[in-house]
Amino acid sequence: MNIDKKITDDLVANDISFVTTVPCKQLAGVIDEIDARDEIFHIPSNKEDEGMGLCAGAWMGGKRPAIIMQNTAIGVTINTLATLIQYYRMPLPMLISYRGELREPVACQVEMAVHTKALLAQMNIPTYHFHKQSDVEELDMILKYTFMCNKPVAILTDANFWGGYGDQ
Amino acid sequence: MIRSEILKEIAPILNPHLVVCNIGLPSQELHMIDDNASNFYMLGTMGLASSIGFGLALAQPKPVIAIDGDGSVLTNLGTLPTIANNSTGNFILMIIDNGSYGSTGDQPTYAGKKTSLTKVAEACGCDRVIECQDVDTGKVLQEALDSGEMTIMVVKCDSGNAKMPVITMDPVVIKDRFMKAVRA
Repeated sequence: MNIDKKITDDLVANDISFVTTVPCKQLAGVIDEIDARDEIFHIPSNKEDEGMGLCAGAWMGGKRPAIIMQNTAIGVTINTLATLIQYYRMPLPMLISYRGELREPVACQVEMAVHTKALLAQMNIPTYHFHKQSDVEELDMILKYTFMCNKPVAILTDANFWGGYGDQ
Repeated sequence: MIRSEILKEIAPILNPHLVVCNIGLPSQELHMIDDNASNFYMLGTMGLASSIGFGLALAQPKPVIAIDGDGSVLTNLGTLPTIANNSTGNFILMIIDNGSYGSTGDQPTYAGKKTSLTKVAEACGCDRVIECQDVDTGKVLQEALDSGEMTIMVVKCDSGNAKMPVITMDPVVIKDRFMKAVRA
């Protein structure tokens, strides 16, 4: 299974046509795939809170948005999640590279990883953790759930899910 | 002129268009001067008026005017390269540049000192950047709407605020009626 293609197919099947990204090595393939699809307008952001602002605007403009980012961005976006996405009740699927988990080679990434689920739980954000490739089968249902309940929803995808880091 | 005087003067130009308005006093002033369904008031999240307005402009064809402040643009300076590199003709970013953080007690911003947001916007790659004085805001805004080109306005004006009550409208109501205005 090509995970990058499967994820992008699920986004398109759920009518998600506006995607903003802040890159991560693990996400490079899916970002390339999104960039190549005519059905999706891809707009890179400089920071994740800016990206959530773009998504909020796109949603009010009639498009289904999504953001792709690293888990370190949870530290950047708490205020935006609380006072924009949640306060105004907007749906936002967040496909998150979960750095600092099993098979992580960079120690500093663990420092934010240990806070990630706690912060998401504190924010009452529905959170799913993809650890094995087969977990991606739930993505379609998670996206439907997100636009059913009008909430931000986190999909954490760790290094094991992506197949490790190779030589890094 | 101070910001509230400018908003009062340009309210008839803003009225038929989709407006995304910056947090705090700018939204409170616009709400008091001309509350209507096509105004989206930010109740929190300083810095994101430009991003929300730009996402809205990219997603649908109607003109969108984002009313921002110099302090808020400095908070989210990364917005300008994003806007410049994904240009859309239906977007106007109007930066009311009074050189101060109005909602928090008029503390000076760097835009009121050595930093020129006009030059920053140009350096970021924005093609149509117009700096104007407060008295010319309406004329420049109308020209921007007529041009059909994405425009970044930097409106130089005096620091100061009108005394306004906070907006008590529920955020979901603001969003809901705004989305209906977008679809209308």
